[in-house]
Amino acid sequence: MTAVTVDTTARYEAVFDATVAADERIEPRDWMPDAYRATLIRQMAQHAHSEIIGMQPEANWITRAPSLRRKAILMAKVQDEAGHGLYLYSAAETLGTSREELLDKLHAGRQRYSSIFNYPTLTWADVGAIGWLVDGAAITNQVPLCRCSYGPYARAMVRICKEESFHQRQGYELLLTLSRGTPAQHEMAQDAVNRWWWPSLMMFGPPDDESAHSAQSMAWKIKRHSNDELRRRFVDICVPQAKVLGLTLPDPDLRWNEERGHHDFGPIDWTEFQEVLKGNGPCNEQRLAQRRSAHEEGAWVRDAAAAYAEKHRAEERSGHQDPQEATA
Amino acid sequence: MSSSTDWPLWEVFVRSRRGLSHTHAGSLHAPDAEMALRNARDLYTRRSEGVSIWVVPSTAVTASSPDEKDPFFEPAADKPYRHPTFYEIPDGVKHL
Amino acid sequence: MTTTANAAALALGDDALVLSHRLGEWAGHAPVLEEEVALANIALDLLGQARVLLSLAGDEDELAYLREERSFRNLQLVEQPGGDFARTIVRQLFFSVYQRLLYGELATGSGPFAALAAKAVKEVAYHVDHAEHWTLRLGDGTEESHRRMSRACEELWRFTGEMFQPVDGLDLDWRALEREWLESVTGVLERATLTVPEGPRSGAWTAGAGRQGVHTEPFGRMLAEMQHLHRSHPGASW
Repeated sequence: MTAVTVDTTARYEAVFDATVAADERIEPRDWMPDAYRATLIRQMAQHAHSEIIGMQPEANWITRAPSLRRKAILMAKVQDEAGHGLYLYSAAETLGTSREELLDKLHAGRQRYSSIFNYPTLTWADVGAIGWLVDGAAITNQVPLCRCSYGPYARAMVRICKEESFHQRQGYELLLTLSRGTPAQHEMAQDAVNRWWWPSLMMFGPPDDESAHSAQSMAWKIKRHSNDELRRRFVDICVPQAKVLGLTLPDPDLRWNEERGHHDFGPIDWTEFQEVLKGNGPCNEQRLAQRRSAHEEGAWVRDAAAAYAEKHRAEERSGHQDPQEATA
Repeated sequence: MSSSTDWPLWEVFVRSRRGLSHTHAGSLHAPDAEMALRNARDLYTRRSEGVSIWVVPSTAVTASSPDEKDPFFEPAADKPYRHPTFYEIPDGVKHL
Repeated sequence: MTTTANAAALALGDDALVLSHRLGEWAGHAPVLEEEVALANIALDLLGQARVLLSLAGDEDELAYLREERSFRNLQLVEQPGGDFARTIVRQLFFSVYQRLLYGELATGSGPFAALAAKAVKEVAYHVDHAEHWTLRLGDGTEESHRRMSRACEELWRFTGEMFQPVDGLDLDWRALEREWLESVTGVLERATLTVPEGPRSGAWTAGAGRQGVHTEPFGRMLAEMQHLHRSHPGASW
């Protein structure tokens, strides 16, 4: 094997750069800069972890959903999240990592998931607020990812965005029903929006001038828009939607700025964001503990299925037929 | 808490309707082919996106380099050291 | 709907409703992500069946959320807490084989349940398949999985006789149904290297009055959780 010369690497890199510049997709077996690979693994893992940790706050209400229609919707939604986690783990696996490895890192607290899921779902209205605001923010973030430069990630996102279209709508409809329901229901809806609004704005990440990974990710077309740009877009979308809901957004500084063509909004409490990120949110420990316990308590099941497969492979091997032929 | 017996990876191909060929939908983990088929049905056709499914062990797929004629694109798959996860980095080391 | 057809709709509808609820409890706790998706599929199928059946008997939400424990007509088997995954799988095996036979019969008739049964029988065939595959893998997997499956079979066996008590409004050969059920279940358990339990399946000393509104202690708690929010806001829409 000959050593890869600096010259060859430079040529690889030139092809990679040209592919990205031409808005073509990078595919798993292509050469790519190590840092590009690392960034993608980190981002896809975090995204996948968010899907499966994100099941918890909503699953919290499956057994208490107040109508059978709502119960079916919620179960289907939480199921989708498991499915989306699976799509994303399998996209990440194309980069040479394994789901097991990523899960181990999640369980050990060495990889993150979206901080938003460290907030509790205290009432039924929270299910609506998550659908409207949290999924709304996620979709704003995700739609541009359908054009991400890494093929498997982009394809997973296309599938996910298509499936998620109902998630936000069901949340909005749920809140609308509450808002127009009894006074107690209306109050429940307003309280949920009050609690979820600011954390949703934080989902877009730190301001552009403080974002650690933004610039490089934009250059690689993993990211297409800046954090602040997406956040602005989200606020502009939400304000009229809140009006229709008959609910207020908990920000006295929120108003239309004719000059900028956007809404102005109050300062975000980044201390809270940093604290939750550090593990000091209301549910960090609970979420991770449940994830770990599901994984640990499931070990005997996974082992049994593997043992069964191994046993029966061995039986097939000792039989007369070549298993390849037998199944042809 | 890694289980000693990780389930192998399978590639899933779905025929979305009669008259079309199977296309690659993604991958999943399963202990054996039968379970892989069932998991694939649940995961990739839960909105009735398919009429037929194939599953193939990922290890059974032989891939060409993106451009066979050009050794320039020598596949990276056999170079695990290129992957950041090949290296164990102690906790707390940043910006790496 | 006649009164007896109504009673039958409640019996079948409550079975599906309650088991769906129990499966829903797995969300976020399944042993592997693929099973999150599979269990939710089954739970959603069952909930769909429950909604059709309860709607035949009245308003689905009133029936689900405003009846007292003693008015529910489901089998005691389906209300048993999930326990470990083995227990869930055994419960699924026992119930889905029963449902497959039952709906198979109803689908061939022309009664009020024929249309529902024709659709459900396909769903249930998949539930049986799922339960069988897992029974084989856990029964014939590791020592631990075998032990857990044996225990689950023993524990749930006493709830299986009740399934074959005649239900008013369903004109079926219940003895034949029971024979077929035993044959199917025995076949799967044996292939899974599990022993068919020897304990009693019917009689005053076993379970079996769910159809008459007598339930087990865990059921009250389950209903308390399920109904609490709906009942806290009388007359509200959701």
